[in-house]
Amino acid sequence: MANAPSEHIVRSYEDELTELTRAISEMGGMVEVAISNATQALIGVDHELASKTAKADKAVDDMQRYIDEKAVSMIARRQPMAGDLRHIVSAIHVANDLERIGDIAKNLARRTKHIDSQRVSKQLYNGVRHMSDLCLSQIKRSLDSFTLRDSAIALDVCRQDDEVDALYISLFREFLTYMMEDPRNITDCTHLLFCAKNLERAGDHATNIAEAAYYLETGENLYYDIESGKVQLN
Amino acid sequence: MSVATDLLHAHNEAEETDIKMSGRGVNVFYGEKQALFDVDLDITENRVISLIGPSGCGKSTFLRCLNRMNDTIDICRVTGDILLEGQDIYDKSIDVVELRARVGMVFQKPNPFPKSIYENVAYGPRIHGMTRTKDELDELVTKSLRRAGLWEEVKDRLDQPGTGLSGGQQQRLCIARAIATKPEVLLMDEPCSALDPIATAIIEELIDELREKFTIVIVTHSMQQAARVSQKTAFFHLGKLIEEGSTEQIFTNPTDKRTQDYITGRIG
Repeated sequence: MANAPSEHIVRSYEDELTELTRAISEMGGMVEVAISNATQALIGVDHELASKTAKADKAVDDMQRYIDEKAVSMIARRQPMAGDLRHIVSAIHVANDLERIGDIAKNLARRTKHIDSQRVSKQLYNGVRHMSDLCLSQIKRSLDSFTLRDSAIALDVCRQDDEVDALYISLFREFLTYMMEDPRNITDCTHLLFCAKNLERAGDHATNIAEAAYYLETGENLYYDIESGKVQLN
Repeated sequence: MSVATDLLHAHNEAEETDIKMSGRGVNVFYGEKQALFDVDLDITENRVISLIGPSGCGKSTFLRCLNRMNDTIDICRVTGDILLEGQDIYDKSIDVVELRARVGMVFQKPNPFPKSIYENVAYGPRIHGMTRTKDELDELVTKSLRRAGLWEEVKDRLDQPGTGLSGGQQQRLCIARAIATKPEVLLMDEPCSALDPIATAIIEELIDELREKFTIVIVTHSMQQAARVSQKTAFFHLGKLIEEGSTEQIFTNPTDKRTQDYITGRIG
């Protein structure tokens, strides 16, 4: 394997690359907790947790800046090549996607205070919870594919994205029915619809992370590989 | 499609170019010791190809085969074919002096003759009888110095010794000397290793301009330099050609682990 990382001669370079992966893992962990807490706050109408989650997003933003700075400094000082270059470039991409997922978590948390929990059927919350679980699993596995440099997991994440999309569409229909049934539901359902849409976007970011992981391991662009028939998603 | 997507797709298409020189099953021995093993490598016309690899990997040995510089080493023996436009340069009918005029060379250390700047450049054309009159020779010297990017700096002191120039200028003088005989191929053996970054940048800019007229083969220890100046890169290791391909592919996505380890600075 061209990518099986062996030791660098310059140990501090090796350490910096390891630190970059560690920072991505840490940031990924922060983002997973954020989505999970935001969903819990939303469903449990936990305003305190919601506010805590929204505030925690700053740390995610800081982490992205940290990764960016590390990456730029490594490009400037080490002139990375081949697998190292791909490692650093994909870390920048992944940090960017994680930051966006963090924003989504913040947005979910903030909607907690706009929804009148007394009125909304628990069944609708279930849909959002299910959506959130699916997205979390996508995010987790996309990060696994990155840290383990496993393009098979990355491909699996991309395949699974259809499921997220399908769930969103079914939730959309469900909300629509509910709104038509009783117009007083419109405000709450619109908020929940936005939540579902945002989670669907979070799923897309997980797909982007998987694509970066695919590039990291193979050096190939997943889209071109699909176009040329080298890889089949379905 | 947008311009960007057009470019992306164009980039993926294979380039069609002519082969200027090629090595076929090249083996080189220094006495009992084999330095190169069965090397097959094509050198495309009007392109810069970099030969990279750790010290003693055979890259300079291969370079020296291309204009039979190895002939000067008694114990050196070359087998296999080296073709220049389809003709075997190790054939008995080949005049080595004429060959070296067609395949010029620039060395690691600038080595101007202990003569004037003018004479350094005029020497080759004169011994090859390339010009008939003094005016013709003057013109050729001027043109070569211009093409080597040195003319403006030396035009007022052509009669002064070449050894009095700075390192970077001396190297450009050697390039002017090499191109004065109008070679088809220019071999460069670590031409910038003794130069500072500015002189290096000037030589690299020059290499880029020169490839319009010449085919250039450059041996370099600087990975960044190979990435900057060449369109193709070949990686040698322990006397074998491990991998060759477009420079972009070699430096972003090499296929062989040994290439990856070498260019990223890992223990192979």
